[in-house]
Amino acid sequence: MILSEKYEMMRKNFRNFAETEFTDEILDHLDRTGEFNWEIWKKMGKYGFTGVKLPKEYGGQGGDSLAYVLMNEEFSRISPVLAIYANTPNSLGGGPLLACGNKEQLEKYLTPAAKGEKQIVFGLTEPGAGSDAASMVTRADQDGDYYILNGRKCFISGAPVADYAIVFARTDPKQRGARGISIFIVDMKLPGVSCGKPEEKMGIAGYPTSDLVLEDVRVHKSDMLGTPGAGYKTAMTTLDGGRLGVAGQSLGIAQGCLEESISYAKERKQFGKPIAMHQAISFMLADMATEIEAARCLVYNTAMAKDRGDKDASMMCSMAKYFASEMANRVAAKAVQIHGGYGYIKDYKVERFYRDARIKTIYEGTSQVQQIVISRSLLK
Amino acid sequence: MRIYVCVKQVPDTSGKVAVNENGTLNRASMATIINPDDLAAAEAALRLKDETGCRVTAVSMGPAPAMGMLRELIAMGCDDGVLISGREFGGSDTFATSQIIAGALSNLGIGEDDVIFCGRQAIDGDTAQVGPQIAEKLNIPQITYAADIKKEGNKLIVKRMLEDGYMMVEMQTPCLITCIKELNAPRYMTVKGILESFEKEITILDYPALKDEPLIDPTTIGLKGSPTNIFKSFAPPLKGAGRMLEGTENEMVDELVSELAKKHII
Repeated sequence: MILSEKYEMMRKNFRNFAETEFTDEILDHLDRTGEFNWEIWKKMGKYGFTGVKLPKEYGGQGGDSLAYVLMNEEFSRISPVLAIYANTPNSLGGGPLLACGNKEQLEKYLTPAAKGEKQIVFGLTEPGAGSDAASMVTRADQDGDYYILNGRKCFISGAPVADYAIVFARTDPKQRGARGISIFIVDMKLPGVSCGKPEEKMGIAGYPTSDLVLEDVRVHKSDMLGTPGAGYKTAMTTLDGGRLGVAGQSLGIAQGCLEESISYAKERKQFGKPIAMHQAISFMLADMATEIEAARCLVYNTAMAKDRGDKDASMMCSMAKYFASEMANRVAAKAVQIHGGYGYIKDYKVERFYRDARIKTIYEGTSQVQQIVISRSLLK
Repeated sequence: MRIYVCVKQVPDTSGKVAVNENGTLNRASMATIINPDDLAAAEAALRLKDETGCRVTAVSMGPAPAMGMLRELIAMGCDDGVLISGREFGGSDTFATSQIIAGALSNLGIGEDDVIFCGRQAIDGDTAQVGPQIAEKLNIPQITYAADIKKEGNKLIVKRMLEDGYMMVEMQTPCLITCIKELNAPRYMTVKGILESFEKEITILDYPALKDEPLIDPTTIGLKGSPTNIFKSFAPPLKGAGRMLEGTENEMVDELVSELAKKHII
C-alpha cells in the first residue's frame, strides 16, 4: 500500500529508532530475565513515542491512528515486547482518560503518561471475568467523599511497574452485567494496593504482567472517571481503539518473520541448492508475503476509516485485529517451519517471534470476541 | 545567532553501488540518506539551539528529492530549510558547488553572530573540500574535524581532532565548522516534528534568484564550468576489514562460534 510522504517519513523514523535502539543484547536480556527496561522506556518518552496518538495539549504528539499503527508495526518488527511499552499509554492507559476524563484528570494523569514520565495500566480482567468482562466482582463502595475498592484483577499488563491503574469496579451491586460499573484512577502507592508475583509468560517477556490486588483501597471521588455506572461502555471503546495497536503489532511480527525466513532460505542449502530454490519453501514465502500485504491493507484502511469517523470503523477495528493476529500466528508458524530445527532454537529470532505472536489472538479481546463483535455488527 | 547547516543527500553506499557508463554514480537506482557527517553537523547545531534558542536553517544544493531530506531535518528540530536547485548547477564539482552555496548563504544573509556548520565530507565524493572552500569564499575563519563545540559570548571554543590527539581552538563568529560523524549521536524525529514540518515552507533558490550574487561566476558553475570532472567511478573489490577478537581463548572461541552460527556457516 502506498502511503503519503508524511507517513513514509514516520515509518522511517520508527524503523530507525527500533533498528538502532532495540539491540540483540537488550532483547535477549528482556526475554531471559523479564525485567522492564527503564532506559528504553525513557528514550521512548523523550521522542514522544509514548504519546504518538495523544493530544498535543496534554503532552502528546497529536498523531492519528495511522501514525499509531505504523509505530506498533515498526517497533514489533524488531521487538514485539518493546512495542507494547510505547503502545500502552496511547491505548489502554490513555483511552479511558480521553473517553471520559475531565480537564483536571487529563492534566494530572494523561500528560505525564504521554511524556513517558508516568505509567498507567488498564485494570479490567478478573479471574472470573475475562471475555465476559461484565461479570466482574471488584467492588467500589461509597464512603462519604471516598470509594472503598476491594477485589482482584489479573493478567494486568504493566502492573508491577505502573504508577496508576485504571480500575473498573462495580459501584452498584444491585445492577448486573454491564450496568453499574464505574471507573477509578488508582494510585499504585495507595495503602491496600499490591501486585502479585509477575507471571512467567510464554512470550513478551520484559513487560511484566501480574495480579492487581485491592484491599480496602480508599479512592477520592475526584479520581472517578466519567459518570458512575457508565464504565463498561468506556472499557469497550478503549479496547476498540487498542485493537488497531494489536493489529499493527501483528503486522510487525509477521514482517519480521518474513524477512528472517527469506534471509535464511537464501543461505541454507539442502539437496545441492538454497532451500529458497525449492518450491515447497518458495511457495510458503509467497503465501506469507501475500497474507501480510492483505492484512496491511486492511489495517491501514481501518486506521484511516477510524479517523474519518466511518460508521463501520468499530467493526473494521475488530476485523483488523482478528485477521492480522491470526495471520501473524500462521506466518510465525511457517517461519519456524522454514528454519527447520534451527527455528526451534532460541538463538534464532523466529523462535521468539513465534512465542510473542501467540498472545495477539488472545489479549485485548480474543479472536472469538472479535467474531462476536463483527457478526453482531453485520446482523443488527 | 543564526546557524546554517549545509547538508547533502547522498546515495547509501553501504548497500549496492551502481555506476553509469560515463563513470558517474547511478543515483536513481540507489536509496538515499542524509550524509552521515552532515547529520552530525545538524545535531551539533540543534544542541546549540537547545542551549541558546537560536534559529537553525538547513541548506542543501541538490535536485528536488532533496526537499524530503530538508523536511526530515525540520522534523528533527531545524526551523526552516533552503534548497539550492537549478539545471545550471547540475554536475558541479566541489569548486563550483562551494561557490554556489557561498553565494546562496550570502544571499540569505550572514550576521556577525552566525555560524555555518558542515559535515567533513560526503560519502559519495569523499573530497572534504566543500566546507573549507565555502569558508574561503566567504572570507570567514574555519575549524575542521570538530569533536566538541561550545559558545562563549561571540566566540566558539572547538575541540579539533588530530590523528594522535586534539587541539582546543577559539574562533570568532561569523565562522564555519566541519563535523565528523563520530561527534555525536543524532536525535530522532518526532511525530509532532514531522507533522509540523509539512506546514513549514522550504525556500527554493534557483539560478535566476542567485545569478546576480557577486560570489557566483556563471562561467565556473555546473558540469561545463567545473574546473575538475570525474574521470572514472567504480566500486572497489570488497575486502572485509576483519575484526580482532579479544578475551581468553575460550571466550574468543565462543564468540567466533556464535558469529559463524549466526551467518549459518556452521
